[in-house]
Amino acid sequence: MIVTYPHMGYMWICVKAMLEYLGVEVALPPPTTKKTLLLGVKHGPEFACMPLKLNLGNFMEAAELGADTMVMAGGCGPCRFGYYAQVEHAILQDLGYRYDLVVLEPPEKHIGELLGKIRQITGNRSWRQVIKGINFGYKKAWAVDDLERMAHYTRPRELFHGATDRAFKTALAEIVAVRQPEELPAARERAMAIMQNVEIDEHRQVVRVGIVGEIYTLLEPFANMDIEKKLGEMGVEVDRSIFLSEWINDHLFMGFGRNVRSSKEALKKAVAYLGHFVGGHGLETVGNTILYAEKGYDGVLQVLPFTCMPEIVAQSILPRVSQDLGIPVMTLIVDEQSGEAGLITRLEAFVDLLARKKRFREGLA
Amino acid sequence: MTVKVGIPRALLYYYFYPQWLSFFQHLDVEPVVSHRTTRGLLEKGLRSTVDEACLPVKLAVGHVLDLKDRVDYLFLPRLVSMARREYICPKFLGFPDMVRNTIDHLPPVIDINLDLYHKRSNAYNFFQTLGKMFTKNPARIYLAYRASCQAHGNYCKELESGALPGELKTLANSNGKNGGMADITIAVIGHPYNIYDRFISMDMIKRLFESGVNVVTADHLADSVIRQEAGKLPKQLFWTLNQRMIGAAYHYFNDPEIHGLIHVASFGCGPDSMTGELIERFARSRSTKPLLVLTLDEHTGEAGIVTRLEAFLDMVRWRRNLADVAATL
Ligand code: SF4
Ligand code: SF4
Repeated sequence: MIVTYPHMGYMWICVKAMLEYLGVEVALPPPTTKKTLLLGVKHGPEFACMPLKLNLGNFMEAAELGADTMVMAGGCGPCRFGYYAQVEHAILQDLGYRYDLVVLEPPEKHIGELLGKIRQITGNRSWRQVIKGINFGYKKAWAVDDLERMAHYTRPRELFHGATDRAFKTALAEIVAVRQPEELPAARERAMAIMQNVEIDEHRQVVRVGIVGEIYTLLEPFANMDIEKKLGEMGVEVDRSIFLSEWINDHLFMGFGRNVRSSKEALKKAVAYLGHFVGGHGLETVGNTILYAEKGYDGVLQVLPFTCMPEIVAQSILPRVSQDLGIPVMTLIVDEQSGEAGLITRLEAFVDLLARKKRFREGLA
Repeated sequence: MTVKVGIPRALLYYYFYPQWLSFFQHLDVEPVVSHRTTRGLLEKGLRSTVDEACLPVKLAVGHVLDLKDRVDYLFLPRLVSMARREYICPKFLGFPDMVRNTIDHLPPVIDINLDLYHKRSNAYNFFQTLGKMFTKNPARIYLAYRASCQAHGNYCKELESGALPGELKTLANSNGKNGGMADITIAVIGHPYNIYDRFISMDMIKRLFESGVNVVTADHLADSVIRQEAGKLPKQLFWTLNQRMIGAAYHYFNDPEIHGLIHVASFGCGPDSMTGELIERFARSRSTKPLLVLTLDEHTGEAGIVTRLEAFLDMVRWRRNLADVAATL
């Protein structure tokens, strides 16, 4: 059995660590590229949301590396993700791929089913070991997230162009290389030190933008056309509303982790504008926009794939939030035709607006 | 003066209106249904919604605008779930809030949750809360509820025996057949608010009738039949309407009396993009019946649809004749 799973940003690091720790052979799909997207667009449903198409491309490319078992998360709606695995598997089968499908459904009915699926992948490892493995993966996700946060801080302040990206790459490699849980803390220290060595101008004026939206497009740089990097280079310090480790903590550990930002606060805030959850991260998008406004951010950027249902609900509501709280909001919709050039122009105009507003406010103060 | 409650002729109006109308009437509340869809009404909706929303949501907003200045309340129940462990669509979950946050000067919005997701939930809670807005007398509410269930039950029975909802009702005769004139039967599969809205569907059902076609839809099948067919999927679908669509499609693909299927999808509709794919795959690999896929949005031109319909009917008839000839060989 050679296991594969689709990409979503740096998620592969955490899942790979967990599976390999448990002795599972993994064939990681090659990094997502234009080619991946083209494969997905060619064989996927025309009107499916973009993550499905990229997943499909990932699976096709991973098959060439020998993967024979595809692992996907499930879901019980109402958004499309809960049915991704089945549709992707049907398409792959029709194309002649021989994939075994393992779907990890959230344990709504009884946890036994989920545990059975985990058994299917991990063989006869003890539960104690499985839990250790999961924890190892989680800790890696956490470390990666911290590095990303540091990059968000240094990028708009770096003295030498590209220094943050170079440091981030080296620091990430430190985390990736770790194979045993005991070695992780030391590697984490080394990685943090690398990031701390990026030379910055602490006093530089930066614009602060909160990024909200659909989880896949937030976490996958290919899907959002490297928006964090682009904004950073325009002198923007970004804060992303979703990090993988936070998501794991909220959804797998039921929010038990300490000192981890939880989405609960955002959900409470959202109720004033949106009275029900709408699937995906629609409610979080509304709530986090409010939180960013309250925390004094200069603007909010919503990112979503074309036709994403929960985010369209949120998108319809955000203008009112923006108006009420006086925070500019820009919505960026990505699909397979999105072009770089148009994006940069739009981002520059948005950042310009925010910077002018900020100068004006500070002039008044 | 009686209180007027505005009901948009959109979304699940086509499914629930006999029940809603009956409930309100029993409480001496006057239900006011928005006008039939026209280009102008749709245009209003288009101007008040984000581009990315699907056509049915834009249209529903148009119907809200049509009503807002002439009613005391707007009835926009939040249709969370119509069946256990199922939803309708994220946009149904957020619809009242989308309306409230985009349109100014609305009358009070009734956005009570209809939520049958959990085992112990039932529709009575919904009607009880609704009724309390208009009367303090619990017995009256209960009686109105009973009457509304009766109305709904009758309506479902009528549909199952071949009737069509709303204004289309007069087109078909009692058993849904197109007089003696029809030579083929086509199943039209799509969201009720797409296929039964005569403007949005470009009057497709009437056109089919006029071209000598019998029309059947998912609503002509018993719920149990649909669920059994949809149960063949590798995982149960969590969208009620699309489960109905796919269950009906599977059923009609295997029904020898059906000569072809038309799948009507909304452009940008999430659930349709997934079930549409499954229906097309089924058609390609496991059926010889012709399938026409029409995707509707606000730019869809009538001429194009008519041409495609005609070409499709020609093909269905050609195949049918071929089969007849082959049978005599
Ligand atoms: S959240 Fe949006 S993009 Fe993600 S699966 Fe759901 S509809 Fe698709
Ligand atoms: S089911 Fe499709 S057409 Fe209906 S509201 Fe949802 S996205 Fe729109």
